[in-house]
Amino acid sequence: MDAALLIGLVSIVTAGLTIAIGTIGPALAEGRAVAQALAAIAQQPDEAATLSRSLFVGLAMIESTAIYCFVVSMILIFANPFWNHFIAAAGQ
Amino acid sequence: MTISPDQTVWFEFGFIRISSTLLFTWLVMALLVLLARWITRRLAADATLSPWQNLLEVLVEGIQGQIRDIARRDFAPYLPFVGTLFVFIATCNLLAIVPGFEPPTGSLSTTTALALCVLVAVPLFGIRRRGWRAYLRDYLEPTPIMLPLNLVGELARTLALAVRLYGNVMSGAVVGAILLIITPLFFPVLMHALELLTGIIQAYIFAVLATVYLAAATAAHDLSPHASSPSSSGDEGRIHEP
Repeated sequence: MDAALLIGLVSIVTAGLTIAIGTIGPALAEGRAVAQALAAIAQQPDEAATLSRSLFVGLAMIESTAIYCFVVSMILIFANPFWNHFIAAAGQ
Repeated sequence: MTISPDQTVWFEFGFIRISSTLLFTWLVMALLVLLARWITRRLAADATLSPWQNLLEVLVEGIQGQIRDIARRDFAPYLPFVGTLFVFIATCNLLAIVPGFEPPTGSLSTTTALALCVLVAVPLFGIRRRGWRAYLRDYLEPTPIMLPLNLVGELARTLALAVRLYGNVMSGAVVGAILLIITPLFFPVLMHALELLTGIIQAYIFAVLATVYLAAATAAHDLSPHASSPSSSGDEGRIHEP
């Protein structure tokens, strides 16, 4: 197997694994956060504004971990520096 | 497929390269400045307001109220900085529905610049409010051993701020493009609507986090770390102005 094939193979598989494994944690965490926030709003409807603001901020921070995984897999697929290097080297 | 508007170059002149990011950033800035100038040129204090003035008042008062709720103290110094961040990011993300417009926030360069503004503004506000010694002592809390961790934390949250905004806006564009290949008619529209919602929420998150960081830097140093979060009361850490 030459280097470019190996790099392409590993990049694609890793990109899929990154999204697949990396979204499990944030998904569970967001579910828990929303469930807790709904329970809190059900207990104290007056505090709904404060609760939902904190919920949004918290959700965005949780979600950013999933977004990091997405960015990494996008880089692996569309802007892979190793792939570009070997393609440029092969073109010469 | 390009994942950054940096790669679209409009024209190149020597070492000056005008990419989409640069072009659309200046367009958004010009739009905001001209609109604000045009509206505030004829402000009215009586009962009849122009709709545009009404819009601006709602915007400014909304941001003021949010900052007051989060920082729980004097909000006036934060308003120009945080408000500008929010309005700029929200405009960039909302204009994504205009065909041909590539949101500058979908480029890591823009979001890094915005996050660096926050990184610089936090010590500036902290030092101006509390002085050099009190501010710098915060880095030695709770023990001087924590100094490297505090410094790394400062950098890490700047990185997180930049990548979060970039990732959200970029993912909207990429998911839209992928759906356009698979199901061209209906789903891209739905995803675009979702992207608008995400754009507004991300602008809000960016502004809220900037406010939280600023409020934490300007609070008294005996403030416990979780008291600077927007959900807690924060009253025990208030600075009593003379």
